[in-house]
Order: sequence, then C-alpha cells, then structure tokens
Amino acid sequence: MESKIHNITQRYGNDKTRLMDILIDVQDEIGYIPETAINEIAKEVKISRADVEQTLTFYHFFSTQSTGKFAIYLNTSALAYMRGRNEVAKALQQEAGCSFNSVSEDGLIGLFDTSCIGMSDQEPAAIVNGKIFPNLSSFRARELIRDIKAGKSLEELVIEGYGDGQNSSEEIKAVVNNNIRKIGPVLDPNYKPGDAIRQKLPSSTPVQIIDEIKASNIRGRGGAGFPTGMKWELCRKAEGEKKYIFCNADEGEPGTFKDRVILTQRPKLLLEGMVIAAYAIGASEGILYLRHEYKYLKNYLENLIQEAHGHNLLGENIAGIKGFNFDIRIQFGAGSYVCGEESALLESAEGKRGEPRDRPPFPVEKGYLDQPTVVNNVETFCSAVKVILNGGEWYKSFGTEDSTGTKVLSISGDCKFPGIYEVEWGFNVNDICDMVGAEDVQAVQVGGPSGSLVGPDDFYRTLSYADLSTGGSLMVFNNTRDILETVVLNFTEFFIEESCSSCSTCRIMPVILRNKLKKILNARGVKQDITDMEEWSKTLKASRCGLGQTAANPIITSIQNFRHLYEQKIQPEIDYDTGFDLLASVKGACEATRRKPSVKIH
Amino acid sequence: MAKLVEITIDGKECMAEEGMYLVDAARENSIYIPTLCNIQGVKPKGACRICSVKINGRFMTSCTTPVTDGMVVEHNTPEIQELRKSIIEMMFVEGNHLCPSCEKSGNCELQALAYRFNIMAPRFSFLFPVREIDASHPKIIKDHNRCILCKRCVRVIKNEDGKSIFAFRNRGLNTEIYIDPELAGLLTDELADKAVEICPVGAILKREAAFRTPIGQRKYDKEPIGADIEKSHNINGGHDNE
Repeated sequence: MESKIHNITQRYGNDKTRLMDILIDVQDEIGYIPETAINEIAKEVKISRADVEQTLTFYHFFSTQSTGKFAIYLNTSALAYMRGRNEVAKALQQEAGCSFNSVSEDGLIGLFDTSCIGMSDQEPAAIVNGKIFPNLSSFRARELIRDIKAGKSLEELVIEGYGDGQNSSEEIKAVVNNNIRKIGPVLDPNYKPGDAIRQKLPSSTPVQIIDEIKASNIRGRGGAGFPTGMKWELCRKAEGEKKYIFCNADEGEPGTFKDRVILTQRPKLLLEGMVIAAYAIGASEGILYLRHEYKYLKNYLENLIQEAHGHNLLGENIAGIKGFNFDIRIQFGAGSYVCGEESALLESAEGKRGEPRDRPPFPVEKGYLDQPTVVNNVETFCSAVKVILNGGEWYKSFGTEDSTGTKVLSISGDCKFPGIYEVEWGFNVNDICDMVGAEDVQAVQVGGPSGSLVGPDDFYRTLSYADLSTGGSLMVFNNTRDILETVVLNFTEFFIEESCSSCSTCRIMPVILRNKLKKILNARGVKQDITDMEEWSKTLKASRCGLGQTAANPIITSIQNFRHLYEQKIQPEIDYDTGFDLLASVKGACEATRRKPSVKIH
Repeated sequence: MAKLVEITIDGKECMAEEGMYLVDAARENSIYIPTLCNIQGVKPKGACRICSVKINGRFMTSCTTPVTDGMVVEHNTPEIQELRKSIIEMMFVEGNHLCPSCEKSGNCELQALAYRFNIMAPRFSFLFPVREIDASHPKIIKDHNRCILCKRCVRVIKNEDGKSIFAFRNRGLNTEIYIDPELAGLLTDELADKAVEICPVGAILKREAAFRTPIGQRKYDKEPIGADIEKSHNINGGHDNE
C-alpha cells in the first residue's frame, strides 16, 4: 500500500494542489480510499489528515469504504424517475441482494444513487465502473447483475452496441447516443480544425482578437451570461506571473448534456477555442475541468491533445507564432454540482473542497493559484472560434440584439425527439415544443432546476438573456406528470444533496422548504404554508454563489406559475396544521408493545 | 496610512481606509453590523451570511467586501434585518441548541444575537438532527449539536507547521467539523483555549474548565452584543450614536 500511494503522490510531485488527481488515482487503483491511504497521502504531501479528509469527503465519487468490484451509480434525476427508475432500482436491488448505498455481502456489487449524469435523453442511466449504461429497463438491469455474477468483464457487459458518431470509436466505445437533431455554427460538421489558429492568429494582435469577440456580443454559455470579450479583456489587463485558461466542462445542471455531445463530436473546436483565448489573454496553461461522470472520454480527449501537439496547434510557438506557448491538461472532478460554479471549480482544481469564493476578487484578477484566470464554458470557447473565423458582425446575424448567436440546447422529457438542438437565441417555448414533438405539455423547465418552471401561459416567452435565460437545459413535462412530486420535490432534494454547505442559507433553507413541501404533499398543508415558502425562500438571495441563490427556484417558480397545484393540495377549511404525524411517531412504540394506537386522527 | 475614502451607510457619511472590509469600516464608525463567522484580522469566509448588506441593490457580505470610494450601503433596513433574523432562527433549528444547559450561555454569540433580534421562538420547525458529542480528545470536547459550521476553528487553529487541526467533513446536511485525531492529541493548552474562545457557540469546550465564570457575570449578561461598538468613538474622533 505504502509504495502504491508513494508512486501516486510522486506522479503529481507531492503537490497538495493536485490532491484531486491523487485521490482519483487512489480510488481508481485501490477501489476506494482506505484509512491507511489517507494517512499516507497526508504524510507524502505534507498536509494534515484533516486536510485530506475535507477534500475527500466533499466529493460524491470518493469513498472511504469499498464500493464493490462493480460500483453501480444509478441516476436520481427527475427524468430518470419519469422513465422508470423505480422499477430499475428495484430490479437491481433484488438481483444484487443489497439495497442502495451499500455493497453486496460478497463484495461484488455496490449500488449507489447519483445526481444527474448528463444522459437525460437516454434515462434511466447508470455508471458502472466508469462505463455508461443508458436506457435501462428492469429486464436489462437484471441481466446486467446476472452477467456480473456470471463473471463477465466490464466490456462483456455491453450487449446493446455502441452509440452514434464518435461514441463507437475505438477510444470511446460508449453505449451513449449524441442525438444531434439540429446543427448550427457550433455543431457544423464542415469544420476544419486549426483554420482559425493558422489563418487568423498570426496576423492579429491579442487586442484585435478580443475586439472581434467583443464585437460579436457573445456572452457566457454556462448560464450566467457574462460578456466573453469583457472577461478576456479584464484578464488580459490583470497583473500576474502566469495566466490560465479554464474550460468549465462540469455541466452538472440536471437536464444538461450538450457539453458531453460537443466534447464527443467537436472536441477539436473546443481545444482551438482555448488556444485562441490563451493567445488573447497571454496564458500559457489551459485546464479542461471535466466532470467525473464523463471520465469515459479521458483517453479520447488526451489523445486529441497529443495530436494537436503534432500539428503545432498546441505546445511551443503555436502556428509559428514565436513565443506563443500553450498546453492543455485535463482535470477531473469527482462528483459535485457546485463545482460548475467558476470559483468553486478553481478551488476544486487546487485540490480543495468545491466551495465558491467570495467576490471580489474575481477569477480574472485572482483565479487559479491566485493568478489571473479566464473560466469559460465549453460552448463559449467553441462559439469563439467561429467568431474569429467569420467575424463578429457575421455572428451577430444570428439571434437577437441582446442575445447574439446560437445556443446549444439539451432537450429531454415528454417529447418525441429528445436530444441536442442548436438554435438561434430568440426561439420561444412554443416553437421548441413543436420542434421536439411535445404534445399535451403541462410545463417546461427552462434552465434546469436553477431556472424557471413555465406553463402554457408563458410559452410565448423567448430564450434570451433578457427573458428566459438558460445554460441549455430544457425539460418537458406533459399533463400526466405530478409536477409537485416528480419535479419540484426532486429538484429541491437535488439542491439539498448538492449544497456545498458553506453558506448557512443554502445549507439549511432548502431543507426547511422541502419539509414544507412534503407537508403539503401529505395533504397536511394550509394556505399559510404557501405564503411561508414564498417569504422564507427570499433568504437564499443572500447566498454566496448563483447556485445557492437559485436553490429555491423550483419552489418559487412553481408557486408563481402553478399556484393551483398547491391550492388543490391544501386544506381549505382550516388555517393551521402542525403537520405532525402522531401515528407515524408512535409506530415504533406500538410495534414493540404490540398495541394499536387508540388515538383518532382527523 | 492608507488612503481614506468616503462611504455611506444608511445615509450616514462615513470615512474608512480604502480596501478595509466593510464590517471593520462600519465598526470604526460606531456602526454595528452583526457577524458570527467573522473574526477581525482573520481572512473572512462569508459563511454565516448574517453580515449581509445591500450594495447597488445586491446582497453582499460586509465581512468579505472591501470598501471603495463612494460606496453606498444599505444596512439597517426592514428587509435586511428580517433576513438576519431569519438566518439566526435557521441556525437554531438546524442544530440542537439548549441554552439553559449550555456552558457557553451568556458568552454565546448566537444566543446574544437572538436576544438582540428579540427572537422568542424560531418561525421554522426544528430539524432535530441526531448528532454526537466527540469526547475522544485529551484537551477538548466537541459537541456537534451546537456547531453552526462557521469555520472559525478551521481557519484559525493550525499547528506550528500550519497544518489544519479542524476541518469540514462531508457536505450538505451531513457537514460536520472533523478533528484530526493525531494533531488534537498534541494540542497545546494555549491553542485549546483559543479554540474554545473563538467558537461563537458552545461547540468546542475545554475539559475540566466549565463554569469558571458564573452565569450572570458573563460577557452578554451585562450588555447586548454590539453595544460596545455602538457606544465607541468613530474613526474621525467624534461621538456618533444617533
């Protein structure tokens, strides 16, 4: 064990800022992170055990106990439940002989819950030892466990054949489908890698590049919508010993999967965008922060980075520009939604808990290792390449005045054609429902759980930064769905599970709201409960990061737009109800004494 | 001396050193902005959010926001006071805070804030979590029931090599303070005393040291939290306590 840990920490120069990589390697090589390994890492990296623990216990995919020879992580998103997650979970438990969040007695199979894994258009989906198994039925789940028990290897478990596009390439071999249904500038297959770097960079100054980006009016595609040109300019002007480019490929917003498809089909476009940004701000190192759920793309992407070196599109004197040196490495996360927030992502990349930072200072001034850093979304970098190739004016011909260009949408839920659609900004929700073949629509969740739940009265509203802003997640729910139970409760549980817990507001308030919601769902709610939820959720606005500030959005926007659903469930005849369940509370005592409760419940 | 800048807090013109944290600038001007996680002189974390104010219509924590010239701050407004009150109440329901039996009563900042905000009972239902008392360390006892996760101990208490003794463990509702068993065993009396002193609640206690100061003679038994700041002279030398 000691030598194993020693080798791993050596690999990262015993550098405590590489603690994430160290822990990931230990987890991969040993299967979990045992106590002896924690002590050994602390010793090698010269930090306290407590320091290792605080990073380790923050991330969902790290475990201090064995997760079984085959660790099955089954998605808990609303979409998974809508497509039969309960049946799949039941089949897995029956066949494996253990319940969720435990390991079978023989240590062969571990079953675990996990937040959205970016497969919303092919749910229910599970990750088994890093491999994705989408479109699970209870039959298929049983078959999986039986095959594991029969001694089959991970590769042999795949019987459905590999997915479309690059998914079936030798380096990926994933049972995942891209489901690209509408292409635009970002997804355009007629793209020649390296053209923008070779044709434009040598003849442009960094400031000219930034001016072109500014002229396009492109804004960040991750959801927050900060003007990209301004971000690059601020970082260029910031003082620091070294500057960094970060690509945020940690798409954790439930219902989002567009970055997964871009990384699969247009990864060279992304790398090219990072190189352009590096040239513009004067960065020498780039880090692609990739969510752990997409680890199956590791070899593929690392080979592409190597290949780019061979073409002089990465490395030294890129495209013959003297002194322009830039390299990219991949940094994996380990399962945390909040790490999609840019400052939390930087904390994570520094080997710490993914807790957002207070601003100021902003990452453009003090980012990774306190140096000026640009963090952009996958799609932002990709779009930037097209802006540089074709000009800012050309880019502005797409979209609206306020929201220029296109947006790659991940659309899932009750529709005939879930998948990836690249549309111009300005599409309204009605158009989208038509486009994806959605009928009898009750609600559309725009922008994931942190966005808004809108009903048919608002379907005239448009996707844009000024109206319905979105990082790309759209989920459609038809009239058969119980919105409060299936959607609002699920999303609220998600925020509770994923809170980094640094701010009191986001750690506690979603729990209080969830309990209120459950009271209403249990038919014990009164009118005051709805008012309370509206009032109380305001405290979240004082949270540090955008994710914490929006943690009550499922409740707030559903009360705003679907108040009738709440009103149908409350008791109109009374003003007050404690919600206390006496029968449930005395159940244990009654069972122990074999008595029946004599109280009458209204 | 750093450059002096002018800021406005609730319409009152204040002078402050440029770049100093707003909460400190307010204190210098005899304005008390309540805090729980902040300790003067230690890198702030903005964990409790109680010191939230509004700047340009946005909530900002005054412990983490440096002042800039012309900054206009809303502090004592019904909206902000209500937010602070809610946060204090949230902390009471999140843990198990039984003041009458707590060693820290009278010295507890959370309790003192509850008095200052006239909290009789929290509006939220108690969560009644099941938490443990960790008495495995030679010098200190950690009562998780009372911990408000302010991170003061995590940020301040380090051994001579700069290694953390206290750390956050887990996330979400399962978050708790973890104590490095080895380093806690080597904890000096000075550091143990410091850990107890900086804990705003009664979550870190020193063994065999309870009730040295009798109830009734403790810090907040005499005057409300923040009163000392409000009575103090401001940075310009004038007395301002309107």
